[in-house]
Amino acid sequence: MESLESQIAEWRAYVASAPGINGHDVDELEDHLRHQIAELNAAGLTADEGFLIAVKRLGDVDGLSREFAREHSGRLWKQLLVGSDEEPARRPTGWFETLAFAVAAAVVVQVARLAGDFPDEEPNWLFRNGSLFVLPFLAGYFARRRQLNTRGWVLSLAPLAVAALVVNLYPYDADSATEALVALHLPVVLWFAVAYPYMGGTVGSHERRMDFVRFTGEWFIYYVLIALGGGVLMGLTAAILEPTGVDVERIAVWVLPSGAAGAVIVAAWLVESKQRVVENMAPVLTMLFTPLFAVMLAGAAVVYAATGLGETFDRDLLTVFDALLVVVLALVLYGMSARDPSTSPDWMDRIQLVAIVSALVLDVMVLGSMIARIGEFGFTPNRTAALGLNLVLLVNLAGAGWLSARFLMGRSRFHRLERWQTTYLPVFALWAAMVVVFLPPVFGFS
Amino acid sequence: MRIDKDLVAASATPLVLAILAEGESYGYAILKRVRALSGGELEWTDGMLYPLLHRLRRLGYVTTEWRTPPEGRRRQYYMLNNDGRAALAERRRQWEAVTRALNNVWRGPGGLLTAVGEA
Repeated sequence: MESLESQIAEWRAYVASAPGINGHDVDELEDHLRHQIAELNAAGLTADEGFLIAVKRLGDVDGLSREFAREHSGRLWKQLLVGSDEEPARRPTGWFETLAFAVAAAVVVQVARLAGDFPDEEPNWLFRNGSLFVLPFLAGYFARRRQLNTRGWVLSLAPLAVAALVVNLYPYDADSATEALVALHLPVVLWFAVAYPYMGGTVGSHERRMDFVRFTGEWFIYYVLIALGGGVLMGLTAAILEPTGVDVERIAVWVLPSGAAGAVIVAAWLVESKQRVVENMAPVLTMLFTPLFAVMLAGAAVVYAATGLGETFDRDLLTVFDALLVVVLALVLYGMSARDPSTSPDWMDRIQLVAIVSALVLDVMVLGSMIARIGEFGFTPNRTAALGLNLVLLVNLAGAGWLSARFLMGRSRFHRLERWQTTYLPVFALWAAMVVVFLPPVFGFS
Repeated sequence: MRIDKDLVAASATPLVLAILAEGESYGYAILKRVRALSGGELEWTDGMLYPLLHRLRRLGYVTTEWRTPPEGRRRQYYMLNNDGRAALAERRRQWEAVTRALNNVWRGPGGLLTAVGEA
C-alpha cells in the first residue's frame, strides 16, 4: 500500500498540471485535503479511506480547473484552456480558414490598388479606405471562429457597412484636412468594431474587454515581427534581383500591400493559437519598456515644465506628443492586462504611476498651448481633433493616476483600476467615430 | 432534502461573506462552518470554495494573508474589509426581500402553506 504522503504528492502533481490552477492554489487545496483527512481519521477511518473521501469531496479536477480558470481569466489566457463547457471548443489549427481570409484580404487590397492605379496615381479614396479593405476580413474571421449566429454576424458587420457608407458618400474638398483625419481615425473605429466579434458579442463583460486589450497588444507584437521578417525578405530579394535587371519596384507593389493585408489576419491567428510563444515575450517587453518610457517621459515633463512649450510648439511637435501619449496609454493598458490582479503593489506599479503622472503633466501643457492657439486662431479640423484626443487622454490618465495612487497607498484594489480602464474603452471608440462621422460635415468637408 | 444546485450557488457568496464577518478564517474552517450552520443540508463541492474566495478577493471584499500557525501548515487567511461588509449588507437586504416575498405568498390568504406542508 502506498503511504499517505506519496498519495498526496501524486494528487498534488496531478492537480498542479491542470490549467488555471497555480502553485498557491494547490497549497491551499492541499491544506484543505489534509484537514479533511485528519478529521476523517479521527472519526475512525483509515488513512487510505480518509484520502479517498477527502479527494472525492474536493470535486473532480476538470470541474475545479474550469472554475479556477474562469475566475483567473488571465491564467486561462496563458494556458489556453481548450474545450470548456460553455464555449464551443476552439479548433486549434484552423490554418486553412486563416489562409482563406488572409488571401481574400490580400486580393481585395490588390484589386483596390489596380483600380486606383497606384503607385502611378495616388487617389485619396485609396488611402481613406485602406483599413476598410482589410479589417472587415478580420471581423469576419472572428465571427466565424466564435461561431456567431445571424444576429451576431449582422452586429459585427453593420458598423463596417455604416463606416464604408459615411466615408465614401461625404463630398470632401480637394486637399481636405478632414479627409486626412478620417483616414487616420477610421482604423481605430474599425478596430473597435472588430472587438464585437472578437468577444463573441459579450461586449459588456469587463473580463472579455481586458482580453481584447491583451489581444491588441499581442497582435501588435506579432505584426511587427512579421513586418520585420517581410522587410528582410524584400531587402534580400531586391539585392539578389537588381543585378539581373528585373524591376524590383514592380514586384514590391504586388508583394508589399498584399503581405501587409494578409499579415493582419495571420497575426490574429498566431495570437489565438500560439499563445505560449508570446506569453513569455510580452510581459518581458512591457517590463523592459515601461521603465524606459517612464524615464523618458519624466525627463521630458521636467524639461518642458522648465522651458515651457513656447515657440518650439508647432503642429509637428503636437503630432509627436499625441503619438507619445497614445503609446504610453497603450503600454499602461497592456501592462495592466498582463498583471495578476490579486497581487499587492510592486515596483512596476510605482514606475507605471511615474509614467502616468509625467504623461499627465505633458498632456496638460499640450492642452494649455492648444487652447491658446485655438483662442488666437480659432478652430480648425486638425485642432479640434487634437483637442478632443487630448481631452479624452487627459480624463483617462487622470482617472488612472488617481486610482493607481490609491492602489499604491493600499486604499483601493487593483480591480478598480482595471475596471476604470475597461469602462473607458468605449470612449476611445466613440471619439474616433465622432471624428469620422461628425467632423467633416461640421467643417464643411474642408 | 437536497437543495437545488442553483440555490446553493446563489447563497454561497452571502454565506461566505457572513461567515467572514464573524472573524477572519481560512478555507477548511469556512467550509466546516457552512456545514454546521446548515445542519449538513447545504452540500458543497469542497474545492469550489476557493475560486469563490479568490473572486471575493479580486472584487476587493476580502484581504488575504499567508500565515503559519504555531502548530500546522502554512495557510491562507481571509479577512473581510469595509467594502466586503457593505457588499454583505447589500446581499442581506436582497435576500430578506426574497424571503419576505416568499413568506408573504406562502402565508397569505389562500396561500400554499398547507399544500407545501403536506407535500
